[in-house]
Amino acid sequence: MPYLEETYDIIVVGAGHAGCEAALAGARLGLETILFTISVDSIALMPCNPNIGGSSKGHLVRELDALGGEMGKNIDKTFIQSKMLNESKGPAVHSLRAQADKQDYTRHMRNTLENTDHLTIRQAEVSEILVEDGKIKGVKTYSRAVYHGGAVVLATGTYLKARCIYGDVSNPTGPNGLQAANYLTDSLKSHGIEMFRFKTGTPARVDKRSIDFSKMEEQKGDDKIVPFSFSTDPESVQREQVSCWLTYTNEETHKIIRENLDRSPLFSGAIEGTGPRYCPSIEDKVVKFPDKDRHQVFVEPEGLYTNEMYLGGMSSSLPEDVQYAMYRTVPGLENVKIVRNAYAIEYDCINSLELKDTLEFKKISGLFSGGQFNGSSGYEEAAVQGFMAGVNAAMKIMGREPVVLDRSQAYIGVLIDDLVTKENHEPYRMMTSRAEYRLLLRQDNADLRLRKIGYEIGLVSQEEYEDVLNKERAIKGEIERLNNTNIGANSRVQEFLSDHKSTPLKTGATLAELVRRPELDYFMLTKIDEKRPFLTEDVQEQVNINIKYEGYIRRQMQQVAQFKKMEGKRLPDKFDYSVVNSLRKEAVQKLNQFQPVSVGQASRISGVSPADISVLLVYLEQVKQERHLAEKTN
Amino acid sequence: MKRETIAAIATAMSNSGIGIIRISGPEAFEVTDRIFFRKNGKSLKEENGNTIHYGFIQDGNQRLDEVLVMVMKAPHSYTAEDTVEIDCHGGVLIIKKILELVIRNGARAAEPGEFTKRAFLNGRIDLSQAEAVMDVIQAKNEYALKSSVSQLSGSVSRKIKDLREQVLYEIAFIESALDDPEHISLDGYGKNLLKKVGEWLNHVEKLLSSADNGRVMTEGIKTVILGKPNAGKSSLMNVLLGEDRAIVTEIAGTTRDTLEEHIYLQGISLNVVDTAGIRETEDLVEKIGVTRAMSAAESADLIIYVVDGSCPLDENDQEIMDFIREKQAVVLLNKSDLDMVVSKEELEQRSHQKVISISAKEQTGVEALEEEIKSMFYQGEIGFNDEIYITNVRHKEALEKTLESFHMVKASIENGLPEDFYSIDLMDAYSQLGSIIGEEVGEDLVNEIFSKFCMGK
Repeated sequence: MPYLEETYDIIVVGAGHAGCEAALAGARLGLETILFTISVDSIALMPCNPNIGGSSKGHLVRELDALGGEMGKNIDKTFIQSKMLNESKGPAVHSLRAQADKQDYTRHMRNTLENTDHLTIRQAEVSEILVEDGKIKGVKTYSRAVYHGGAVVLATGTYLKARCIYGDVSNPTGPNGLQAANYLTDSLKSHGIEMFRFKTGTPARVDKRSIDFSKMEEQKGDDKIVPFSFSTDPESVQREQVSCWLTYTNEETHKIIRENLDRSPLFSGAIEGTGPRYCPSIEDKVVKFPDKDRHQVFVEPEGLYTNEMYLGGMSSSLPEDVQYAMYRTVPGLENVKIVRNAYAIEYDCINSLELKDTLEFKKISGLFSGGQFNGSSGYEEAAVQGFMAGVNAAMKIMGREPVVLDRSQAYIGVLIDDLVTKENHEPYRMMTSRAEYRLLLRQDNADLRLRKIGYEIGLVSQEEYEDVLNKERAIKGEIERLNNTNIGANSRVQEFLSDHKSTPLKTGATLAELVRRPELDYFMLTKIDEKRPFLTEDVQEQVNINIKYEGYIRRQMQQVAQFKKMEGKRLPDKFDYSVVNSLRKEAVQKLNQFQPVSVGQASRISGVSPADISVLLVYLEQVKQERHLAEKTN
Repeated sequence: MKRETIAAIATAMSNSGIGIIRISGPEAFEVTDRIFFRKNGKSLKEENGNTIHYGFIQDGNQRLDEVLVMVMKAPHSYTAEDTVEIDCHGGVLIIKKILELVIRNGARAAEPGEFTKRAFLNGRIDLSQAEAVMDVIQAKNEYALKSSVSQLSGSVSRKIKDLREQVLYEIAFIESALDDPEHISLDGYGKNLLKKVGEWLNHVEKLLSSADNGRVMTEGIKTVILGKPNAGKSSLMNVLLGEDRAIVTEIAGTTRDTLEEHIYLQGISLNVVDTAGIRETEDLVEKIGVTRAMSAAESADLIIYVVDGSCPLDENDQEIMDFIREKQAVVLLNKSDLDMVVSKEELEQRSHQKVISISAKEQTGVEALEEEIKSMFYQGEIGFNDEIYITNVRHKEALEKTLESFHMVKASIENGLPEDFYSIDLMDAYSQLGSIIGEEVGEDLVNEIFSKFCMGK
């Protein structure tokens, strides 16, 4: 017999990286929130790689932090190595990546959740969503308990009908042998939600004592550590770090793989799910890139209190014996002992086109979702979606406007826009090349871009917000000063310039002009800039970037203005585009299917041409004028 | 956000008439001031609306044309924006040159139907016309797209495709290195890229100079001559051209391929495609020619159907007559110098088109044909469209922008800017080149990254 247990404002299903952020956002906004998980011991589990951040993912974490999310703070507490990637490249592609102590990460996140007011954690499998008249009413657990809720956030990760596979072994479990969730898929399907089957994989974990590190290259962390969170004091994270190690596969490894391909479930057809192209299994790499004579293997610690090491770059679904054989061909791994096998995992997720840009389902009001359930991949991608889904669930309950970030505001905006406007046939991963305005969306200015929005949502404190306002003022003031300070062609200046192989001045120049010279920057000019005020390092960095790359930044800002104009032109809800006669058939079909919210979003749907967009603009104007006329005559 | 200033040719173009270039947008006067010179040296901004001014269009020191310039001030113009119309005297070539000059000086080539669109959005066109406005936009775009692709010669479009592929590969390389810096190194890459950019600059410059010579894109009313083998199509072409261009023999099926020629007929520019005769054929080479003929005719503005009046009509003729029924076509009853077995009346009845008797051999009746085409053109029956000219200008604009982007990459490398800046400009070049051959960027980059580079852990 079903029975009513309790009523909440927000129900979050799944306590992975998406679910944790969703639940925290809801509860911190003062809404009664319940978080369901199949296993309380697995909250914020990192079942694959032991790191947070990396190229473009680091951007996501910083943005999330600026908005008031938890991931950045949690990794700052628990990292054991930190690196700023791409430091030799432009500021737009600098990306922070930290190795986590996995257990510590889980423990700290659980601790935060457990001590957040209005938040209840419950171990149970949700098997059904309850819907009435297109509105979510709550969920039902496998034990037939009914929970009513104003909004539900689904963040089931890779657990739906999950299957772990290696060789001819197929276990009906979620990652790490955890129980799969076998019922929710059918419930969703019965409400007309389209499901996909995706696949991903993970390499083996091996015993540190069985590795010969002398045959590998040591990979150390940065000397000076930059924290993820804008709220973390940089001094507090300057701690001792552990190393990762680099080694390579070789012809022998590849030979073993090739000889055993017929035993791989990927090639035999036992795996039906679509895998991600960016993190291929080692057998995929060997088959697709036969000319490469070696592939990198990163050996990374899983934590400080375990001997388990992660073999980055060698995920696989080959049988256990083949895994042993191939790993043991790699220098340093000759005698390696496997603790956990590599495996591929298949799971159900939704077609993300089911979602609006608020991450609410188009078909079911009040139902939101985030993370791998939406067809993305990665802890960071999951966390930001969970956060946005949680925030919008809360906004809905509070009767406030939804929060949507656009492509010009944040990587989060790019990620979600891609998910809801592009057909997605593999687990989606963030990449810097997906962000068309990436010079503006830097990890160093995430606070300047998003703190205000976080403050308005209610997840950033007054104090944190004022910090950013002060920072903004300081940057503006200093840029102005540099633009207006002329420096004479005196001997000190000329000497400085010749020291830096820079052309001497004929007449005067502004300091800004000197910063713009390729061979100089703001920091170097300290020597000849006598009236420089005291400024914090992050302010100085912003000043330097903004002046140095001004031309490119201005160009992208112009493009953004253009973009915003189109985003601002809203399209009607649930509209039948076939009434617009001049649209091409294909466009009508796509527009009816996607129901874009704005002309801008419509323009990104494949199959909608620029001419169709012009037609839409004229149509919108026509409707507007007609409405105007009607109002007049009334 | 300010609207951009746009320009296009506002009149149908022929070699005889006056051409008008229309410039609309907030900088219409500034743009014109940069190229329009007159005695009093005043800026057009200082003039009253609805006034006309005499002077010269100059490209630097070179005087291009003597013109009248009409000034219209917002909102009192077709688009309700500041508008300038330049009346030029010169022919097609000069008008195009002036349009290009306008674009180099700050305007952008108008999109198909953009003036109409702006006029509507700015409230100058009545609400009841909205449907018509949308139709115009869609139709003009379709035409532009079609003509854009059909005007590119095969070799040019191949060159652009090839160049695009090379550019995409380099962007993908940079991006995969940025995405996976521990895997793919960019050390010393700038130098390599510099060399490649140098080569690309050369290619684009060559394309541009051939665009100036008119070799890149053919333009004019696309005219296809259809007819059974040996009906006299090639002879007709020779008559129109006034030279022995196509090989003419007595054997059916001599013209194996399509020939293209540019003809000025009484001031109207025709781009004539002579095709292999349409006939069921076993000959493979000829078969290709026939397929081409039908597909060329499919997208033609005007079809000239040549009938051999000395042979009875057969099912091949019927097929052609069915094909041209709904199209703009003229039927020529050829070989009027021989004994005729087909009458003009019969042909008129069956083809539902105007029929003219000619003898290509004796060169009689050709004037009547010229007159007919001219009247079709001026009555607007031929779907001729200024889009063709503007398309060419757009192509050129895209090539110039590509060139600019490559120069930016070069400067970035030389100034030691980080690699991620290169890909910004390379991507611009990639998308500009795509606009010429009608291809969008879409997911190209992500696909290229994954297919060419081994990524990820």
